[in-house]
Amino acid sequence: MAIDRTDLNLSLMLDGNAVAGVLNEIFALEMTASPVECASCGREGEMGTLLAFMQAPGVVLRCPVCENTILRIVQTPEAFYLDLRGAVYLRLKRISAA
Amino acid sequence: MKRILEWQIATVKSIRQETPKTKTFTLSLPNWVLHKPGQHYDVRLTAPDGYQAQRSYSIASEPERTGEIDLTVERIEDGEVSSYMHEVLVVGDQIEVRGPIGGYFVWEASMGRPILLVAGGSGVVPLMSIIRHRAAVGSTVPMQLLYSSRTPEDVIYSNELMRLQNSQYGLGIFFTFTRQSPAGWTSYARRIDVPMLREVTGPLGNKAQAYVCGPTLMVEAVANGLLQIGLGSNLIRTERFGPTGSIG
Repeated sequence: MAIDRTDLNLSLMLDGNAVAGVLNEIFALEMTASPVECASCGREGEMGTLLAFMQAPGVVLRCPVCENTILRIVQTPEAFYLDLRGAVYLRLKRISAA
Repeated sequence: MKRILEWQIATVKSIRQETPKTKTFTLSLPNWVLHKPGQHYDVRLTAPDGYQAQRSYSIASEPERTGEIDLTVERIEDGEVSSYMHEVLVVGDQIEVRGPIGGYFVWEASMGRPILLVAGGSGVVPLMSIIRHRAAVGSTVPMQLLYSSRTPEDVIYSNELMRLQNSQYGLGIFFTFTRQSPAGWTSYARRIDVPMLREVTGPLGNKAQAYVCGPTLMVEAVANGLLQIGLGSNLIRTERFGPTGSIG
């Protein structure tokens, strides 16, 4: 991926590892090692490898290959809103298999 | 095992200035949980009006040290959480944390495999937990650290790294400086590039597991360089440290 050094969003970009706490709160599981498939380009990889944009009211996780939005999370005091339209699947490990 | 990740109140046990921009905070935890090297803790600040700011900081200490953790935090200009920690927090203060968190960017001595660690700036923090863990359990897994800093005074843990390099069998540590090198320095003095990666990785072979942590541009360049020298993409794990934001 080509990175424009002057783009503020890109210079503030993190990765899925930085979202581990919020993901854990939502799924009650460690999620950064969970595989996810991009619905746009078919790239499969761990959640920790996704590009994370967090300088906004919500969190956006994008595919590191095609930059498709895979996951959006918005938090309010009462709830989480989760938009997973950018993923073909997200694998959650069963507790018994952990 | 399933564990609910709950916020707890940590107490600041000690604060050490590591470099002009970084401090290490030793936090005593009432509900200490064994961590894996590479994991982090979330830190949450709450203002009197209820406004909350939350950031994620890597654990610098080894899991063998029980009851407390070290978080090494770089002060980011205008960073809400890091500037509070640097300027306001004193020994005895309490602070809200939850963790340990993360399962992707982690390493344990039991994993075997030769290890390549590549750090840019404060990206060395989670890698330090890995190095300390290796020493604490007496592991002889071959491990090479390539650590890029702007200037000598920006090197975090420099004395400890020198000591470990001289005392730990199979541990190699290489520094490179991108702006200013120490007087008389004859080793690397440039950004990490493919020839440098080839030299440092060489003794480990192409089955090494790589952990790369630093600013986004550095992480991208190193990951691409490692692919070029023949490391498999499934053996390269990356963690980006933003100049601000969640790991700020």
